[in-house]
Amino acid sequence: MLTVLVNISLGSVEIPFLDTLNAIFDGTTSNTSWDYIIWDYRIPKAFTAILVGAGLALSGLLMQTLFRNPLAGPFVLGISSGASLGAAILIMGASLFSGFSAFQLLNNVSLAIAASIGSFAVLLLVMSVAAKVKDTMALLIIGLMFGSITAAVVSVLSYFTTSEKLQQFIYWSFGSLGNLSWSQLGLLSLIVCIGIILSVFAIKGLNGLLLGENYAKSLGVNLKKLRYLVIIATGLLAGSITAFAGPIAFIGLAVPHLTRQIFDTTDHKILVPAVLIYGAIIMLLCDIVAQLPNSANVLPINAVTSIIGAPVVIWLLVRKKRMLF
Amino acid sequence: MSSIEKHTALSVKDLSVGYKNSEIASAINFEAHKGELIGIVGINGIGKSTLLRTLAQVQPKLSGSIDLNGKPLEKYTSKDLASTLSVVLTETIASKNMTVLELITLGRQPYTNWIGKLSKDDISKISESLQLLELGELKNKKCYELSDGQLQRVMIARALAQDTSIILLDEPTTHLDLYHKVQIFKLLQKIAKQTKKTILFTSHEIEMVIQLCDTMLLLNGTNNTFGTPNYLIEQKAFDSLFPADTVTFDAKTGSFRIEK
Repeated sequence: MLTVLVNISLGSVEIPFLDTLNAIFDGTTSNTSWDYIIWDYRIPKAFTAILVGAGLALSGLLMQTLFRNPLAGPFVLGISSGASLGAAILIMGASLFSGFSAFQLLNNVSLAIAASIGSFAVLLLVMSVAAKVKDTMALLIIGLMFGSITAAVVSVLSYFTTSEKLQQFIYWSFGSLGNLSWSQLGLLSLIVCIGIILSVFAIKGLNGLLLGENYAKSLGVNLKKLRYLVIIATGLLAGSITAFAGPIAFIGLAVPHLTRQIFDTTDHKILVPAVLIYGAIIMLLCDIVAQLPNSANVLPINAVTSIIGAPVVIWLLVRKKRMLF
Repeated sequence: MSSIEKHTALSVKDLSVGYKNSEIASAINFEAHKGELIGIVGINGIGKSTLLRTLAQVQPKLSGSIDLNGKPLEKYTSKDLASTLSVVLTETIASKNMTVLELITLGRQPYTNWIGKLSKDDISKISESLQLLELGELKNKKCYELSDGQLQRVMIARALAQDTSIILLDEPTTHLDLYHKVQIFKLLQKIAKQTKKTILFTSHEIEMVIQLCDTMLLLNGTNNTFGTPNYLIEQKAFDSLFPADTVTFDAKTGSFRIEK
């Protein structure tokens, strides 16, 4: 709660903390442009940070348990690379095929739609292959391979495109929390909520999976159903978030590990709500850092999460000498 | 003969196990009753684990019949099976970050609601199995802190908490020293007698199985002998198990001797 208030009160334009509180609780401040900044920019951005952090952290937890691999994150199934491919085709592909001149009018919505289509297309491909393999490790590798293929297509597109288009794509890949309108935010929160509800239904099966697949089966867990439930939930969470906010690294990987340090349990009944809360808090903190309080510059959010996330993972490994999940 | 008919928990007739293109063992026949400890022995690769996996419905049988408590195995839904049959496998558990208590609690999954809330009955079953396997002091330890023998006891406690009439164990004493092997076998014997569960396990410790089990099954490809240890000795079933120039069986002591 405090993180939310601090997050809203800080930004390129200095607004006193008390005025921020007034704006939130009374609806107005002494300055109308401050009202505008707070209501139409900072509050949506804080909400986005909460949804993005919570959703990515949860999908990271789901993937780590499903693959029983501490290095798994929301993007192992090729979700992020699929989104990149969608965005790349829209931004850079349009200049290659001159017929698509209508797409020259780029806006955030079409970008979000393209990224969603991209991530779901890759996810569907991975899932159709998944139906044929029984081993989850094989599924993990297939996801990574699809990621490599899409990354290769993106680099081919970047090679042939103009520098302005390339710059536009790179901006998208920096990630951004501040580009969502209230209506886009509504859509994102709906999808994230569905993802969370699906995950809640997977809690019991995920606990069973902690023993391994054969044991889970012997406990009556329907593995096939559980796998689809988890993959769809991750696809919805990570896919929609990447579509709207760009690829954001490390939150999905690092937050579940941090949460396990704090709660010292493997029970998903506790871990699922805990990663949602920690994911949201850590994303808000990263956003505060990205704002560079009292300066006019804003750092790309994806860089901030990596700069904070990577040392956290290293620190965890050094401290515990092993990465358990 | 006793007048009361013994309750047959598991009945296997003319069973063949293996994979689609390769039959591993066939003509397997045996019966297991309530409260009995049954050992499955045989040389490496003869199909002990395959048989166990077939009984647990991890892989399909090739032919023959398997009846659990009078009902064919294939008629069981995975949920019903989970409350009838529990397993202890050779594979290591995926998350060693679990505490002993958390791991044993997972044994109650077939009985809990959609989110896994524990009832009073669940909690009392968990503490019963903690007690029976003498794990009270270890219950808050993490699995990675345990020795192999302790971890095996925890896995047995989890199977016990699942409260099934049949427990299958795949080589429960591998990697353990002589003392801990005996400890695990004695515990299995105690569980079978006290809880009236049917316990089937595979093992390479033929001499111990002869001393401890009620009945045993010697897998030998197509000629599989089943009966009490004494019956198997009388049938000279162990004599041909290993090549006679290296290991021979001494029927008087019930042990194997290395030929010099």
